[in-house]
Amino acid sequence: MSQVQVSHTATANANGVEHFKKHTIAILVENKFGAFIRIAGLFAAKGYNIDSLTVGPTEDEAVSRMTVVTHGDDQIIEQIIKQLNKLINTIKVVDLTFESFVERELVLIKVQTTPETRSEIMQIAEIFRAKVIDISQKTLTLEATGSQLKVDAIIKMVKPFVIKELARTGRVALKREFQGEV
Amino acid sequence: MSPHKAQPAHTKPVGASAGKLMTGSEIFVRSLIEEGVEVIFGYPGGAIIGVYDVLHDISDIQHVLTRHEQGATHAAEGYAKATGKPGVVLVTSGPGATNTVTGIADAMMDSIPIVVFSGQVPLKLIGNDAFQEADIVGITRPITKHNYLVRDVRELATTVKEAFYIAKSGRPGPVLVDLPKDVMAHKTAFEYPEKIELPGYNPNVEGHLHQIKKAAEMINAAKRPLLYVGGGVIQSNAAAELTALAEKLCCPVTTTLQGLGAFPENNELSLGMLGMHGTWYSNMAVHYCDVLIAVGARFDDRVTGKVEAFAAEAKKIHIDIDPSAISKNVKVDVPIVGDVKDVLTKLIPLVRPLQTKDWVVTIDEWKKEHPLRYRNGNAIRAQYVIQKLGEITRGNAIVVTDVGQHQMWTAQFFNWIHPRSHITSGGLGTMGFSLPAAMGAAFGRKDLPVVSISGDGGIQMNIQELATITEHKLPMKIFIINNGFLGMVRQWQELFWRRRYSQVALYNPDFTRLAEAYGCRALKVTQTSEVEGAIREAMGYNDGPIVLEFAVAQEDNVYPMIPGGQTVNEMLDTPEPVESPSGKHAEEEVVMTLAKGVAW
Repeated sequence: MSQVQVSHTATANANGVEHFKKHTIAILVENKFGAFIRIAGLFAAKGYNIDSLTVGPTEDEAVSRMTVVTHGDDQIIEQIIKQLNKLINTIKVVDLTFESFVERELVLIKVQTTPETRSEIMQIAEIFRAKVIDISQKTLTLEATGSQLKVDAIIKMVKPFVIKELARTGRVALKREFQGEV
Repeated sequence: MSPHKAQPAHTKPVGASAGKLMTGSEIFVRSLIEEGVEVIFGYPGGAIIGVYDVLHDISDIQHVLTRHEQGATHAAEGYAKATGKPGVVLVTSGPGATNTVTGIADAMMDSIPIVVFSGQVPLKLIGNDAFQEADIVGITRPITKHNYLVRDVRELATTVKEAFYIAKSGRPGPVLVDLPKDVMAHKTAFEYPEKIELPGYNPNVEGHLHQIKKAAEMINAAKRPLLYVGGGVIQSNAAAELTALAEKLCCPVTTTLQGLGAFPENNELSLGMLGMHGTWYSNMAVHYCDVLIAVGARFDDRVTGKVEAFAAEAKKIHIDIDPSAISKNVKVDVPIVGDVKDVLTKLIPLVRPLQTKDWVVTIDEWKKEHPLRYRNGNAIRAQYVIQKLGEITRGNAIVVTDVGQHQMWTAQFFNWIHPRSHITSGGLGTMGFSLPAAMGAAFGRKDLPVVSISGDGGIQMNIQELATITEHKLPMKIFIINNGFLGMVRQWQELFWRRRYSQVALYNPDFTRLAEAYGCRALKVTQTSEVEGAIREAMGYNDGPIVLEFAVAQEDNVYPMIPGGQTVNEMLDTPEPVESPSGKHAEEEVVMTLAKGVAW
């Protein structure tokens, strides 16, 4: 089963270059050996973009959930969904992009600090409701969760302080039960 | 190691042995018997030796020992295409498995149901660079419909059943099952499952009635309809339904390379093949039609040329069992996902006869102005050999071609009337396909003579299978179209690379002596006047295989041709005139033509 919305998804930025809208695709796949790697291989073989990819167990231990963020024109997105459906192990493929959905991502950021900059960084963390989970003479490690936009924003805010290491999980998403305006 | 007791596994039905402990190897063979497998093509080795021990006592299944695992895989493909049943391959680990890769990729491209069983090193050695180890599951993942590594002997029977089901259902394709040696030695009770559960796999066989009605409406309004027919019609065993539809509508029919035989070419509605080397008039018909009905075809680039210009003015209906094939290259107006036979059966009562007389007259003019033709001259023309074969057999043969110019000439100059009579490597275009694939067809079909046609390049790629063929005395007719060149590449170099022949001249052995060294009967034909007699002799010889080597014109081109990525406007036809120069009568000197859609 799949839901494919085909509509104009490209928008031009200030320079007139087309940027394709990102699509968030949820894939329920049998929790079987090789199932996940086959999906990753499909994206690689067909040249589809992977902006992020997460996978983990669901409420049913026989089923795993993969959440992929990709981009491309309508025809490519349609093909991606059809090709995913074709795989023997995929149970369901849903393009969440045009539905209402909740999404979250987690990031760990190790930032360089000096005695002077430390409190400013901690203020930024507080604003984003991020936690400090590690500290040393020269670094602070922050943990933040939120929408992709929020994660992008906190990274941007601490970037001037020099980020030593960064680990993002990629987006997980679930369709909203309430499909109207919130 | 405990002594192995031979189990007479072939005599007992499932019920009597259910619950009895058997080794993985025994379970495997019993499962194949449950699946109705009659022939396996294979080659033994260390990792799979346990299975071969079980096979030693089995008479239900014939194992054909080929001389290369690639030969075994192509043989399974030829068997599957000729019979409609899945082909089965059994090979050992490492190089045995990797030698099947080309054949698996070929089966994937042409949607051929084969199941490849490969031996594997013991589970605990996997990943250790063990002797004859290869990650064949990883290697074949992108080229199989699905593949398995059996990790527990208790999963084995279910895996075999799933493998066969997946291979032959929906859009058919190759499935590989990797069998670790230790797993195959473990024992468990054998029970062949009644049902299998594949929650992620549910091929849509029935066409949506709403879509079919939309298609019928579109067809009923057509003035210049055209049926574009592919291999899916043959896979679906829907030739009769297709003919019924075409005749009810009075709609002309053109087929792809893989669709040849789906519609009889001696039916007046036939336009022959379309595409890069299709007939002039079929490509013109595609360009000028107003409703294009694509049935079991995939809008491949060899057919469409420049995609934007393909049937640009026509409304398009696409019937296909694979949803991902629809609107992949060319956007269609009415997609119908379903099995071809099912959809056509529902469609026929909804359409009515169309007024296509003017359209047919237009197409007939094109047929008169641009028939398939070539000039017979001093050297034998390959086209003449094919045309004579067609006349002598009257289309009652299974013809298996290799890849190249001879493949295109066979598609053009043979008269195709039966489904499953044309077997060729289309999507992957694998040279060396013909000899082993024809061998596979010959094991599966005893009702029609099997003719293999190769060029001098391709025949050498799996020549070792002459041993298998002669050993089994298969009454195959093996044609070698010898022009001393890698012909198709030479043609492209002539037309597009300023005749700079780079690495296309072939130094060849004496093919007749080579065939005789294998114990196979062989004839060499060097004169046009000898061709008919030689073919008749070959068709009449059935004590074993016979090789006919035809020394043909060295430089000759396949026409018509639409160069890659171009349109009907760039279609090239042969420079030969339509009519013979007057005053010449001998068959050696006239311009020979072949018409499609003429009753004979």
